[in-house]
Amino acid sequence: MVAETSHQEIISKTEKNIFQKLLSEQSFWVTVALFIICFIMFFVEDAFSSKDNFFNITRNFSFIGIIAVGMTFVIITAGIDLSVGSIMGLTGVVCGLFLDATYLPSWYYEAIVDGGFVVNIYVWVAIFVALLAGAILGAINGFLIAYLKLSPFVVTLGMMAMARSLALVVSNNKMFYQFGPKDELFYEIGGGSILGIANASWLLVVLTIFMGWVLKYTAYGKHVYAVGSNKNAAELTGINVRWIEMSVYMISGFFAAVAAVMIVGWMGSVTNALGYAYELRVIAATVIGGANLMGGVGSTYGAFIGAALMETIRNSLLMAGIDPYWQGTFLGLFIIGAVWLEKVKNKKIWVSFY
Amino acid sequence: MSVLQLEKISKNFGAIQALIDVSFGIEEGEIVGLMGDNGAGKSTLLKIVAGNFQPSSGKMIYENHNQIFNKPVDARNAGIETVYQDLALCNHLTAASNVFLGREIKKGFGPFKYLDYPKMFAKSAELFEELKSETRPRDLCMQMSGGQRQAVAIARIRLSNPKLVLMDEPTAAVSVRQVAEVLDLIKRLKEKNIAVLLISHRMPDIFEVCDKLVVLRRGERVCNKNIKDSSTEEATGLITGAIERI
Repeated sequence: MVAETSHQEIISKTEKNIFQKLLSEQSFWVTVALFIICFIMFFVEDAFSSKDNFFNITRNFSFIGIIAVGMTFVIITAGIDLSVGSIMGLTGVVCGLFLDATYLPSWYYEAIVDGGFVVNIYVWVAIFVALLAGAILGAINGFLIAYLKLSPFVVTLGMMAMARSLALVVSNNKMFYQFGPKDELFYEIGGGSILGIANASWLLVVLTIFMGWVLKYTAYGKHVYAVGSNKNAAELTGINVRWIEMSVYMISGFFAAVAAVMIVGWMGSVTNALGYAYELRVIAATVIGGANLMGGVGSTYGAFIGAALMETIRNSLLMAGIDPYWQGTFLGLFIIGAVWLEKVKNKKIWVSFY
Repeated sequence: MSVLQLEKISKNFGAIQALIDVSFGIEEGEIVGLMGDNGAGKSTLLKIVAGNFQPSSGKMIYENHNQIFNKPVDARNAGIETVYQDLALCNHLTAASNVFLGREIKKGFGPFKYLDYPKMFAKSAELFEELKSETRPRDLCMQMSGGQRQAVAIARIRLSNPKLVLMDEPTAAVSVRQVAEVLDLIKRLKEKNIAVLLISHRMPDIFEVCDKLVVLRRGERVCNKNIKDSSTEEATGLITGAIERI
């Protein structure tokens, strides 16, 4: 029994207490920064704290946030996915194509859309096909990176070009805006709201919590961190490193498709330009939230709060009447500041270590 | 009882003879020190036992069976664990997570399984206590001393109850103060009746923990004797070639 209690004591002991741990988390400081900005804007601009603006901000960063949650997995394994914007464009167009079935063979229209045995089924088919396409595109990325050992940067750069071009091919440079006889359902999914908060935001919250749980409480999540932290060690302990590497790109592609479906539903139309240059904003959100491009570090909450901070800065600058040309400058400062913060933090550990 | 018996193991890489007819045995609970200059063939021999390489000729009798391992996984499944020189730890994970990496304790049903942290913390605390190490299960490996990292690596192999542990230069990367800690850890393995094959360049370490001394020079075994009958002078002579062979 004595040994039992001493175990409990050792187990409960950690290097830092909860408060110190919090202070060492980058996502905590980003949350603080977010609150400070909101606090200042509360006094500077009345319209900022209006219900409508809150709705706008939360909805706007949801799409970036959803992709950033997927990107977090990739970045934790020390990878990068530059193709998410293009995957978003391609899957959005695919979704639009299946909704606006006039472009599809007539037998599909007659069987599924018009004479569908379940009234709304074509909407769900379109969503399913789009999500599947996202996962497949991610799987192609992942296969090339994990099994053929090509550089993630180059592979996803190639996919970025290919998926964007395929979006042009599939859409034939047309805009899809007629989503069939039951379009209200599709608009409702992407553009609706529950309890005054946009569906996309709810989805982001759910995905952040669920994927955060996966990272922390499943063996899969542990292995994702292990691969990013020390690939060689992960291999030696018998972890299927290649599968882990491939799967994170599938997650990233799938989440890009999820964001595409939501944003198309909200906007009510889709062109092949959907998601253009999103990859950089997504990576920025993930990095601001504390994920380390060197691997082994990152959290879904960080991705969430990073996306929130970026959108709040954009919104605040507009509200404060600052020339929108300055937006990129502020955003860039935050990205570099985030990386610098990471560096300073590590230095502290270094000093106490020796 | 003999755990491992090597008989006339040879290995050549093209024209280079890395090992020539090396024979020796390891008993249960015995620590064998494997010494030799750089390029003498120590690591090659270790890798043959661990399944990374296959010998060009010769026999390996492990637990009374004549077997050669084709993959490291086969050797591990048979009860041969390796502690790598860089320890193969993930710096961003906690001590407990590293110990259980790849063999996590889970609970739940069907595909809905999640990690049982309390159990993993408790079990790793038990292992660290058994190793008499002050390592705490919830600390990140990044912040640990060399001795603590070593304890994590050894706790990991203790988890699987191996018959034979291979260690490649475990004291090379730790400070002088922590060397004693590492040597203690090796002695704990012996107490559990686990056989250890220890490669080291450090003469005092070998003479402190080992029961038997095997010296390789240019791929040949030039010594295989009880450590009590040897001396550091003799070992140095054997390694450098001043003493031809015993």
